[in-house]
Amino acid sequence: MSARLDVKKTYKLYIDGEFPRSESGRSYVVADAKGGFLANASQASRKDARDAVRAARSAFGGWSGRTAYNRGQVVYRIAEVLESRRDQFEAELRSSEGVTPAKARTFVDAAIDRLVWYAGWADKIAQVVGGANPVAGPYFNHSAPEPSGVIAIIAPAGPLLGLVSVVAPVITTGNTCVVIASEPHPLTAITLAEVMATSDLPGGVVNVLTGSVAEIAPWLASHSDVNGIDLTGVTDPGLGRTLEEAAAENLKRVRRPGLEDLLATPALDRMTKFLETKTVWHPMGL
Amino acid sequence: MTFEYAPAPESRAIVDIKPSYGLFIDGEFVDGHGKSFKSISPSTEEVLAEVAEANDADVDVAVKAARRAYTRVWSKMSGAERGKYLFRIARIIQERAREFAVLESIDNGKPIKETRDVDIPLVAAHFFYYAGWADKLAYALPGNGNNGADPQPLGVAGQVIPWNFPLLMLAWKIAPALACGNTVVLKPAETTPLTALLFAEVCQQADLPAGVVNILTGAGETGRAIVAHPGVDKVAFTGSTDVGRAIAKSVAGTDKRVTLELGGKAANIVFDDAPLDQAIEGIVNGIFFNQGHVCCAGSRLLVQESVADEVIATLKRRMKTLRVGDPLDKNTDIGAINSAEQLAKIRELSDIGEAEGAGRWSPACDLPQTGFWFPPTIFTGVSQAHRIAREEIFGPVLSILTFRTPKEAVEKANNTPFGLSAGIWTDKGSRILWMASQLRAGVVWSNTFNRFDPASPFGGYKESGYGREGGRHGLEAYLR
Amino acid sequence: MTTLKATAPPVGPDRLAAFADATASESALRRFLHGLPGVDQVGAEQRAAALGTRSIKTTAKAFALDLAITMVDLTTLEGMDTHGKVKALCAKAMHPDPTDPGCPSTAAVCVYPDMVATAKRALGSSGVHVAAVATAFPSGRAALDIKLADTADAVEAGADEIDMVIDRGAFLSGRYLEVFEEIVAVRAACARPDGGHAHLKVIFETGELQTYDNVRRASWLAMMAGAHFIKTSTGKVQPAATLPVTMIMLEAVRDFREATGQMVGVKPAGGIRHSKDAIKYLVTVNEIAGEDWLDPDWFRFGASTLLNDLLMQRSKIKTGHYSGPDYVTLD
Repeated sequence: MSARLDVKKTYKLYIDGEFPRSESGRSYVVADAKGGFLANASQASRKDARDAVRAARSAFGGWSGRTAYNRGQVVYRIAEVLESRRDQFEAELRSSEGVTPAKARTFVDAAIDRLVWYAGWADKIAQVVGGANPVAGPYFNHSAPEPSGVIAIIAPAGPLLGLVSVVAPVITTGNTCVVIASEPHPLTAITLAEVMATSDLPGGVVNVLTGSVAEIAPWLASHSDVNGIDLTGVTDPGLGRTLEEAAAENLKRVRRPGLEDLLATPALDRMTKFLETKTVWHPMGL
Repeated sequence: MTFEYAPAPESRAIVDIKPSYGLFIDGEFVDGHGKSFKSISPSTEEVLAEVAEANDADVDVAVKAARRAYTRVWSKMSGAERGKYLFRIARIIQERAREFAVLESIDNGKPIKETRDVDIPLVAAHFFYYAGWADKLAYALPGNGNNGADPQPLGVAGQVIPWNFPLLMLAWKIAPALACGNTVVLKPAETTPLTALLFAEVCQQADLPAGVVNILTGAGETGRAIVAHPGVDKVAFTGSTDVGRAIAKSVAGTDKRVTLELGGKAANIVFDDAPLDQAIEGIVNGIFFNQGHVCCAGSRLLVQESVADEVIATLKRRMKTLRVGDPLDKNTDIGAINSAEQLAKIRELSDIGEAEGAGRWSPACDLPQTGFWFPPTIFTGVSQAHRIAREEIFGPVLSILTFRTPKEAVEKANNTPFGLSAGIWTDKGSRILWMASQLRAGVVWSNTFNRFDPASPFGGYKESGYGREGGRHGLEAYLR
Repeated sequence: MTTLKATAPPVGPDRLAAFADATASESALRRFLHGLPGVDQVGAEQRAAALGTRSIKTTAKAFALDLAITMVDLTTLEGMDTHGKVKALCAKAMHPDPTDPGCPSTAAVCVYPDMVATAKRALGSSGVHVAAVATAFPSGRAALDIKLADTADAVEAGADEIDMVIDRGAFLSGRYLEVFEEIVAVRAACARPDGGHAHLKVIFETGELQTYDNVRRASWLAMMAGAHFIKTSTGKVQPAATLPVTMIMLEAVRDFREATGQMVGVKPAGGIRHSKDAIKYLVTVNEIAGEDWLDPDWFRFGASTLLNDLLMQRSKIKTGHYSGPDYVTLD
């Protein structure tokens, strides 16, 4: 009896709600934890990055314009779908990172719970960081946070929890993003993209590129239509500096490299870093 | 009958300008090691004083003094005690308000009525506001990452401020920094150093511990040295977007925290149902306040086509009553342009506006023979493609564009790399709120313009910078 | 001595015709008045306050004080008014400073209708006008025929100017056409048998109208109905004249001239007691309506104690030291 042959998945990019191959036609080999061949991942080019930014920009108006309640529900829906596919993610984490089953379960649990945590924040963050300002005059004066716009994210190594921890805070508040997945472990990111694609998340809100950080990130850092950049996953200090310098050109909001303990409850700074404060004045009179 | 207002000059006798000034480091005025430069009165070109230009060595001494004060005194002091020093400073500024107002007017060229009624009262209010925060910092950062511990100061703040609101920008920088427990090295602008130096005297009168505030005068090189100094933990800058960009680059790869308050090209949007007389005042205040030397100036008027002719005619009539001249005259509405360099820039962009085909108009006004002057000016028939609709002129020059629908107004208003402020004029409440939500700007004034308050966060979107000054938000820049 | 030029163009039929459409019906009038641009209270008050910071010194101050004196409607409107009191007031109006023949006289005296004849006799050919409050002043709560009779009586007794009050109740309940028609009727009652007519000032009692939007609408309503002057207050309700309310009315007369070419005067009344305040009003006249209104034909102060303060300030400028109440006449 011959064993049935697996149907393997082709891992592509996730741009504007679709799964295209890199326009460059390139791919790179992703190895499993023992160094064996796991899959070919798409190797995104600067043009893929450009297309992803364009998709993120066109999604921004609609996504940021949704009610916070609705965004919270969509993020919660991602958690629901992730939960329903948890076995697949645990298996992927074990094969790509070589973690123990218990560890894989911990990461998947944490990723799902992280999404739920942020989903709840969607319609509360404005109340916590905004408010009424008691100015010395007959004015109604009020400050509220608004999303910065299109955010580029260099994701950290943890392919599931790491990715969720940097993407969820950014989109919960109404930003859209282009995320470069962990270079050695890109596959889980694409599987997560499948979850997002089936979670009521509008196309273009999250765009996932796989490939060389050193190659793609500078194009995102210097892109004039990107409003902020999260360098969390950058491990080379020289690259970090170069990207921050490029980001200065249009005064991007920059989150510098470095990763907190992902299993701990986050602070608010991953949300507030990419929030603007808008203050509105109006006279009060008869 | 003609009602001529006789000259009503504020007396200069209240200020005592010394022939030369050193640097204020570690609580003392000391000689600098660099060259010196002259501060002149922009309204007369009279030399007011020789001022030391701090060089790298001076910057190093000042940063070290600030560090010493930080570790030994200021960061150890209770918030309540720090606050009391700030309250003292606020009170001394109120006591010496007239002196500051006159000196600011002389050194900057802005009208005494503005320094007296706007700048200096806001300076005192700012210190008063942040004084009260010093012992309440536990409430400053909601959900901070310190696992419940109180937020901590950053250390030494290097602060570089512009010439348009010299003392007010100093207050915006120093008050929150000190309230949070940081010490500062501050550089006032090259053309307007005098009120910062007088503020150093206030620090002495308040017995502020030596080194908590250090004032270094100088130009761009001094500013660069402060920003680049490895002992500086935090950089705060207000000024041009180009310099802001350079600062953001220079701190790349370091641990220095940065806030930047940069340029703008704000849209002031007037709908056909606006309270027109107040809208005209808002337009005038938006662009002619402080000679238009205002980063959040309403330099692009977007007026609905159906009322464009009426608004322009009314605006012209109003502009004829603006009084341009001696900054110390209490009836002056528009003072001198701050420097020859700025005047040249305003002239250049205005000439470009004319060459691009926009209609230029200024009311008849006699400008003084000496000093730097530019009449209040409007350009009609401007489109988004004109340079005067895109570039910050930073002078009393208004570009007037029209729109037909609210959506078009929003599109045009947002069609700029800047995002500092915006204005909306309409009597329809729901439209105000919709417009306010659509405009990508950090401050939206509806049915008013150019209002400032220490409790109100101020700062920009996009290339207008990042970080907020004022309010609780203003503390975030100085705490971790 | 000032002689009022009485140059106001004949208003009435022409002006009424110009606004025939707007005043054709209650709904048309309502649409017109509510189509006027709104007034933002905070912005308006800030503008007025800013005008109040103008610093008027030396020659400008001397000019302003004399001009203000010529604009005073020296007023007594008390239940205890007597012929003697009115005569004394007239003497004061003609010669505010008996020690200085160069001191101008006031524009008018303002009295109740029963005192008109007395005032007229006392003032003779001095050029100082007699203004009479009419139409059931100050409340205006009487039937129209009574109001018209009140007006006609005062005109017959020789009043040069009639200060009428509008029916605020009708205005506030939105019966604009009723208010309009009443003004037109009173305007007609101002006619003299010789073909001339007394000038009509229309008092809004802005303290009861409460909002600047209402003040602007009332201004247009009265101007369209043929008012020569629009006036803030009776002096019997607080707040009476304020700088912002007067500014709103000055904006209205300015805009009305833009629209029709016709000038209408403005009279703040009540609560203006100090020279410093009067000068703020003159600055506001100058910068809002323009210098054409810096004339007693087009701007008046309804006041009583203001005159003595103007005189004391005038004396300060002349002598170089401060004066006191013992050095001005109390009448």
